[in-house]
Amino acid sequence: MILSPTPLLIVSLCGYALGALGGLLFLRREKLAAAFSFGVAALSALSGLLAGLLLLAGAPANPDGPLDLLPPLIPGITPLIPSLKLTVRLDALGAFFLVIVSLLGVAVSIYSLGYARGFFGRKNVGALGAFYNAMLLATALLFVADNLWVFLLAWELMALTAFCLVSFEHEKPETRRAGVLFFIMSHIDAGCVLLGFLLLFQASGDYSFGSLHNIGAAMSPGHRNAAFILFLLGFGIKAGVIPLHVWLPAAHPVAPSNVSALMSGVLIKAGIYGLTRVCFVFLGPPPLWWGVTILAAGTISAVLGVLYALMEHDLKRLLAYHSIENIGIILMGLGASLIFLCTGHPLLAALSLIAGMYHTINHASFKGLLFLGAGAVVHATRTRNMEEMGGLAKRMPETAFYFLIGAIAISALPPLNGFVSEWLTYQSLLQGFGVTESMWRLVFPLSGAMLALTGALAAACFVKAFGITFLAQPRSEHAAGAVEAAPAMRLGMAVLTAACVLLGLFPTAFVRLLDPLTQQLLGEQISRQLSLANGLALASLSAHPGTISTPGLVLTAVCLLPIPLVLWLMFARKARTRRGPAWACGQPGLTPQMEYTATGFSKPVRMIFKALFRPRRDVQREYDFSPYFATNIRFESHIEEVFVEQFYRPLRILILRVSRRVRALQAGSIHAYLLYIFVTLLLLLLFAL
Amino acid sequence: MNLSLPAILAQTALLLLLAPLLSGLIRNWKAKLQNRRGPRVWQPFFDLMKFWRKDMVISEHASWIFAATPYVMFVTALSAGLLAPMVTGQAPLGLFGGALALVGLLALGRFFLALGGLDPASPFGGMGSSREMTIAAMAEPAMMLAIFTLAIAAGSTSLSQIVLASQGPGWKFLDPSHALAFTAMFLVLLAETGRIPVDNPATHLELTMIHEAMLLEYSGRYLALIEWGASIKQLVLMTLLANVFFPIGLAPETTPAAFALGALYLAAKLLALAGAVVLVETCNAKLRLFRVPDLLSAAFVLAMLALVSTFLFK
Repeated sequence: MILSPTPLLIVSLCGYALGALGGLLFLRREKLAAAFSFGVAALSALSGLLAGLLLLAGAPANPDGPLDLLPPLIPGITPLIPSLKLTVRLDALGAFFLVIVSLLGVAVSIYSLGYARGFFGRKNVGALGAFYNAMLLATALLFVADNLWVFLLAWELMALTAFCLVSFEHEKPETRRAGVLFFIMSHIDAGCVLLGFLLLFQASGDYSFGSLHNIGAAMSPGHRNAAFILFLLGFGIKAGVIPLHVWLPAAHPVAPSNVSALMSGVLIKAGIYGLTRVCFVFLGPPPLWWGVTILAAGTISAVLGVLYALMEHDLKRLLAYHSIENIGIILMGLGASLIFLCTGHPLLAALSLIAGMYHTINHASFKGLLFLGAGAVVHATRTRNMEEMGGLAKRMPETAFYFLIGAIAISALPPLNGFVSEWLTYQSLLQGFGVTESMWRLVFPLSGAMLALTGALAAACFVKAFGITFLAQPRSEHAAGAVEAAPAMRLGMAVLTAACVLLGLFPTAFVRLLDPLTQQLLGEQISRQLSLANGLALASLSAHPGTISTPGLVLTAVCLLPIPLVLWLMFARKARTRRGPAWACGQPGLTPQMEYTATGFSKPVRMIFKALFRPRRDVQREYDFSPYFATNIRFESHIEEVFVEQFYRPLRILILRVSRRVRALQAGSIHAYLLYIFVTLLLLLLFAL
Repeated sequence: MNLSLPAILAQTALLLLLAPLLSGLIRNWKAKLQNRRGPRVWQPFFDLMKFWRKDMVISEHASWIFAATPYVMFVTALSAGLLAPMVTGQAPLGLFGGALALVGLLALGRFFLALGGLDPASPFGGMGSSREMTIAAMAEPAMMLAIFTLAIAAGSTSLSQIVLASQGPGWKFLDPSHALAFTAMFLVLLAETGRIPVDNPATHLELTMIHEAMLLEYSGRYLALIEWGASIKQLVLMTLLANVFFPIGLAPETTPAAFALGALYLAAKLLALAGAVVLVETCNAKLRLFRVPDLLSAAFVLAMLALVSTFLFK
């Protein structure tokens, strides 16, 4: 039967490979290449989506055990090392992340069919399609890997293809620098992950994931903690946890927007996936400090991420910083879950895990949507600078609507999906207070308060992002001449908009899909306890549960809407509506220069958090007789990113200094090199004796 | 946990009618304290009627967001009101959400109002939006910590459950955590409803406005809806404060006499709270914008102390 998870997964993986191949084959015929590679990617992603959903809905994976991909790929081959197998296996955790990558894959591929047209005649679209498919293949493979080899192979392939995609517009120096930074950081993370897995391998002696199951229990505490720290660093870099995030705000904005959506939606989730798999499956019962560390790191990332996002006026960089914030919120759920697991509350651990996982898929859908919207806007206005946009709601009404939905969702406002997952996070943090008597329990309400700060600042940030970009008067000629995005692009955004709305309105149906996941990781299924009043309301797990019903709220609002309409009919029928100029203190005419700017909008926050941002501003006036009648004003404002300035810059200077010293060894003289070889040989022989 | 239609309708009517009255009352009392005669208590009703009948002038740059904002603002405030227990201990739509949903709905209204301020391309609107969102962001953590304090005591974020828990055995207001949380929430109330010392609801100077600056371009029925929505929001927050911290007199059963008594108690509590707001407004000057965070961080610290004292004084 074709409609069972495993065949669909194989179809999807092969489809991506075919799409990548097609992109390379049709290098010279860009229209065909774009249509073929993105079309195939959309279909493959659909197949992967079905596979993941079917498995989560209860269809058994067939075969149930690991599946070796090598024999069917290359018949008659016997690997040199017998344990070196290309095995994959679809389990609940992998299937959940497969759903995320496939959901994004479907929407972004449809979008790319229209978006790639912007590159025709300018860039190599075939290569874009090929790398795009290869990255989807690598990511999907990563989530179903059942073997260290496959995992690390997919991890590396994912980083390399992502590097190629980030550097796609390599003629710009900014892009090249971001690409190199991404390359370095992803290899540091690959190194950490490799070392971590080597520690696990040392204990198990086998590469398969099955043998690594709960291997932490067999390791010494020192090794176990070392492995945890290595994984936290490695996966933390991929996820963009502060202070390991430096690559993220550099790489996301310079990549083509469809790739940014994919990177933000899926690539950084690979870090979350790795951390979840390692902490819940491999490393065994966690000590308290793991959970507290992850919770604290999440809280810090969330608050600082949103604060830096508020300072941005580059639309795509702003979204990139929001990815850091949302990763922080996801980690709050994961950290709380580990703490509950440590203190022996598996049901609460399941609640927190659901909160984290729910936010993971929510973030993928709304951030994907926002990046696609930003791509459409950047394409139409030819700039990423919000100060040169404005008035786009009238010129690109559909894009504006989708972006608004994404903005409401990411600001955690009811009734959309961001609100539901943050509600679950609040509930699990709230119940954390009662699980332990130590002072550590203060971490929970403090994180909750910081989550509230994050949510409110995110709302402020998206009032800015939407308001400055889409509302009021256009601030530049390009913005004034902007036209609506291509139909395929709008369809791609519509898919993700639908995902945001559905995930927001039907949470009780969705948490049922998470049952197999919590069953696999924690041995508990709680969707029944979470659902109240025939699935109308979502309930928290306490004796007197807090409840939330997003469909109920929408219904209430719809029922209340007739009140103003009736009043309108009663009183205002004769009132007329007229268009006129806005109030400008009696001066004639408002110009776009008089509008509030993005920098101005965030100024109060910049002033309040002066100690963090250390804002520097530079104003130069040219005037004839009095400074109050300037003929020309030049204004510059900078903020300092504290980790870059205080940590990464000294580190870079140190590395450069050391490498300058080391360079003396590489003198360019063949005699010296022969000497090195000889000395090395001698040393090796001495060691061997 | 079942929904009763009469309760929903009654509470909707109560919210719609009581909100302008409360605003009028505060305005009247404030005038009296300042040796002015002041407008009648009913004046907000006449204002609303007048606004409904007036023609509208809309900025030529505004988009559909500008028109949607009044409806969103009004409906979210009203829905939030249905989540709060008013006359009885049971909120009519308590099943649909508790404290977090109430805060979320009000935030949705604020989100749209801030967009509506930016939309007409007037610089004052943008200024108001920027300040409103900043102050809201500063107020939110304090409010959430105070809610957490109550929710931890009640074991739930359901408002009915919180009210039930603070009714409890004995007079809980003497509990230090309750007193501290109340003070924090009161400061948040001043910020959220745009009262002196955070914002001046009676100002006519564009540069000092926060809430009013966002409404500057609204007229006619849109203005009526927003004003009405804002007064409902004020009523909801004040009711919440009154019923959560002083849960006396909430109708225990569904008889007309119990309802009448509950309504009387609610009126008394609201009058006392309004008196407190009026006193604060009269005795203080408006703070400079960059001093407002100090006030709100004081609220945050108070809420934090409230939380700590829940397990220190057990």
